[in-house]
Amino acid sequence: MKTDTIAAIATAMSHSGIGIIRVSGEESINIVDSIYVNRNHQKSLKNFMTNTIHYGFICDGEDVLDEVMVSVMKRPNSFTTEDTVEINCHGGILVMNRILELVIKSGARLAEPGEFTKRAFLNGRIDLSEAEAVMDIISSKNDTALKSSVKQLRGSVYHKIKELRELIIYDIAFIESALDDPEHISLEGYPEKLGIKISDLIHDVDNLLLSSENGKIITEGINTVIVGKPNAGKSSLLNILAGEERAIVTDIAGTTRDILEENIILQGINLHIIDTAGIRLTEDVIEKIGVEKAKKYSQDADLIIYVIDSSVPLDENDYDIMKMIQDKKSIVLFNKSDLISKVSLEDLRNLLDKDVIIVKTSTKENTGIENFEAAIKSLFFKGEIYSDDEVMITNLRHKEALKETLESLKLVEKSLEAGMPEDFYSIDLMNAYSSLGKIIGEEVSDDLVNEIFSKFCMGK
Amino acid sequence: MLNEKSDFIQKVDVCVVGAGHAGCEAALACARLGLDTVIFTVSIDSIALMPCNPNIGGSSKGHLVRELDALGGEMGKNIDKTFIQSKMLNISKGPAVHSLRAQADKAEYSRSMRKVLENQEHLSIKQAEVCELIWEEKESYKKIKGVKTFTGAIYECKAVVLCTGTYLKARCLCGEAITYTGPNGLHAANHLTDSLISMGIEMRRFKTGTPARMDRRSIDFSKMEEQFGDERIVPFSFSTDPDEIQIDQVSCYLTYTNERTHEIIKNNLDRSPIYAGIIEGTGPRYCPSIEDKVVKFSDKERHQVFIEPEGIHTNEMYVGGMSSSLPEDVQLAMYRTVPGLEKCKIVRNAYAIEYDCINPRQLYPTLRFKNVEGLYSGGQFNGSSGYEEAAAQGLIAGINAAMFILGKEELTLDRSEAYIGVLIDDLVTKDNFEPYRMMTSRAEYRLLLRQDNADLRLREKGYKVGLISKDQYEKVLNKKYKIEKEIQRLKDTKIGAAKNNQEFLERNKSASLKTGTNLAELLCRPELSYDILKEIDPERVELPSDIIEQVEIEIKYEGYIERQQRQVEQFKKMEKKMIPYDLDYDDVPSLRLEARQKLKSFHPISVGQASRISGVSPADISVLLVFLEQYKRKNEKDFK
Repeated sequence: MKTDTIAAIATAMSHSGIGIIRVSGEESINIVDSIYVNRNHQKSLKNFMTNTIHYGFICDGEDVLDEVMVSVMKRPNSFTTEDTVEINCHGGILVMNRILELVIKSGARLAEPGEFTKRAFLNGRIDLSEAEAVMDIISSKNDTALKSSVKQLRGSVYHKIKELRELIIYDIAFIESALDDPEHISLEGYPEKLGIKISDLIHDVDNLLLSSENGKIITEGINTVIVGKPNAGKSSLLNILAGEERAIVTDIAGTTRDILEENIILQGINLHIIDTAGIRLTEDVIEKIGVEKAKKYSQDADLIIYVIDSSVPLDENDYDIMKMIQDKKSIVLFNKSDLISKVSLEDLRNLLDKDVIIVKTSTKENTGIENFEAAIKSLFFKGEIYSDDEVMITNLRHKEALKETLESLKLVEKSLEAGMPEDFYSIDLMNAYSSLGKIIGEEVSDDLVNEIFSKFCMGK
Repeated sequence: MLNEKSDFIQKVDVCVVGAGHAGCEAALACARLGLDTVIFTVSIDSIALMPCNPNIGGSSKGHLVRELDALGGEMGKNIDKTFIQSKMLNISKGPAVHSLRAQADKAEYSRSMRKVLENQEHLSIKQAEVCELIWEEKESYKKIKGVKTFTGAIYECKAVVLCTGTYLKARCLCGEAITYTGPNGLHAANHLTDSLISMGIEMRRFKTGTPARMDRRSIDFSKMEEQFGDERIVPFSFSTDPDEIQIDQVSCYLTYTNERTHEIIKNNLDRSPIYAGIIEGTGPRYCPSIEDKVVKFSDKERHQVFIEPEGIHTNEMYVGGMSSSLPEDVQLAMYRTVPGLEKCKIVRNAYAIEYDCINPRQLYPTLRFKNVEGLYSGGQFNGSSGYEEAAAQGLIAGINAAMFILGKEELTLDRSEAYIGVLIDDLVTKDNFEPYRMMTSRAEYRLLLRQDNADLRLREKGYKVGLISKDQYEKVLNKKYKIEKEIQRLKDTKIGAAKNNQEFLERNKSASLKTGTNLAELLCRPELSYDILKEIDPERVELPSDIIEQVEIEIKYEGYIERQQRQVEQFKKMEKKMIPYDLDYDDVPSLRLEARQKLKSFHPISVGQASRISGVSPADISVLLVFLEQYKRKNEKDFK
């Protein structure tokens, strides 16, 4: 059982300088004590005076993670007025992340965004006049975290988790409908069948956890979506960008058949590019579906690249796309500039927000691409687009949720082995279901009741 | 025509509108607490009527009845007097989902409850349709003053409990035939809805249905599976002596639909008012009509049909599993395809019923209307379904109406205390789009909320309210003490790895001991029961079976139970953080729009309740917590 001691990286996640990991709550001193070693291996943090700082090492078993300074603040002499320990370590995202993970493994839980401030306020540390600022911090930080959490999840992982959840809820619904209506639905011979399914589930979640260790379940870089009508040259653009002269960081096989994701480093900037290509377009109806799909991805994008086929007049679909990118950072490619233009640059300019950059390109002749790259670069250096440095934390959060899922599934396995009745382990199955839901940002709400009624026939 | 003028004015304490399962409990609770109470019904013959299935209890519903009994309600006692078959369901599963269900003699059930009502001190029964509520507009709320009946009679009172069931603007549909009546052709109540709307109460329309009843003599039971009751009958009520209710039971019968049945239904779907779109109300998904089952689960080759007696002194049989709103001729043709029903004669047709009810989010968990002082409600009127759900709410509404008048603390049960708590919290906190039915999966702390420990959980509350006598309460305290003592004794009784113990284990196919242990540890083993352990427990004193049951459950499932108890502690923290009713959510900065709208419409009483409203995120809850702290500090400051 986790205590209500929370931990987080208190400084900006950057590659340089010194980083601080803050741990606050009743168990904070004990937790850090269990991973802190000082030179003579004798002193324990518990015995240190409040508001003192100490030299030592953070160790994971035999493994020394970093040379650190640890400050101890005993309640009420801290920001949150709780016992607090701050680990000052050498910056570097990797090191900080490993230490934070170790702290969590040792019994703390990852702080919710804004939670230190919230505690400080609730414990009377922050003045009344600052309450509004506190609420603002909480809501905006959570908002960002929530958005980036789902956004950073790789499409394939997202779908995998959805699939696992569907499997789990089906079984819960089956058990529960049998409990509610034992005369209609029998559970005879069911535990054996479930046993097999659970070991498969455990295997799958284990694999996801492994990938999360390697940072493989999240995307890194600026989320970039290429949109445009069919045949505008989207795919050619991606091919050029992903050409051999450039580094392709990863190449994920189509998550759904029509979506392609690639990580590309362009002028030193890491882009996670999603191409909405591959939709076969024969009629207008299908074309609309394509736009719908692109819309979905565009909602979460940091940057949108809108490719216009300048050799055909603008149509309904173009106006749709323009509406969609209105409030987004975007670059418009005036493509097929090698052909006779049917679109007036003037008109286009009037249709778009005034600060949108338009670049003339020809993906066929490979011209204008340098200007396009320069445009991205300028946006990046002006700070108008940026990659999210919370990505590591997101990964940690996902990992926590996966571990919880795994624990719950193992409890199910244990109960099955012990021959416990179904109503006991269906509770743990439900916990696994809701833990997985945290990763993809879905609440449990009425899922179970809906599943019961839609999949199983019960009642008088 | 409604009489507008009358000189009849009477003063009472409480008016209960409706004498179904909710109304009966509400009225009895108020009268038993010494309040002058009138219960209104459109027909005296419909008191505690069971217009649908002829049974009480069932999975999770049985829990509700036991809880209600522990609090001092009547349903459990009444079914113990009038049941004709009884079964403990889910006996092969964990103790938390064991649930009692009894077949009732419907007429007897109704008559017996009527007798209880008629002989209850402080209670009078009045056959009259209540058409109007009388209220007074206060500064920021309304205050109930009384009710007015169809004949113009006015009953002035301090509290009203609305338990109108399915009677408000009721409409029954049987195929193309529509009648504007309540269940069983009873008089509908067509006026009260307008009065409620004029008070600003939000109404909605729900739908439910019931299958046909058949003449027992026309059924061939030899083609069906006979279903018997339990050998040893467990009573519903904690006050009933089990030895006194071991009766001769009647049987139920099981048969199945088949391809031909489904064929007839499919061919006549266009004549079903639901599929033809004549019915507008929302029906419950958990009791689908046979039409629904055939359409939605078209891959199922057959559906179960339970034939259940409606009573001892009648030939009517209830056809469970085949409720329908198809026209009469189709009904008969469809029933006659079922083995054993080939020559069946229908006594009453199946029908669907539509009625007005409220959106229960207008209620506090005490079942009082948020903006009307003295107005309470329970049962199907609150958007639930089922006799047991109704009775449970009726009891709570009645108790709280009484507590309000007596100036005592109101009774609220939370989700960790009772299924009744789950039921009411779900009703007042969640968006329900169909009549709400209790289900075991809705109770997240169900390992603690067992039917076997309802008395241990709730007797004290019943005693505090005043419906449970000191004597009954002390009996429970004594039981608790004995359970704890015995658990401790088992934990303290050391069992060594001596030869006789090893032999005992071997004989019972249990692993041998490497080191010493205690009796409690051994009891955790699935293959060893309290009874078996007697052999190596010479100091044991004979204990009553209900105590042994608790000891065994508490020890065997200790790990699971403790885990839930820890979750409950977390849960309780948030339940205790109350939100003042006058809090204006527009003053809370940084709430997301959706959360703000939801909070405004639900007005949750606690942060815990707020957190369960869909659309309110954990971040919104954090924001709310900070705001409440600020609010508190500001008020303290102003106070100084």
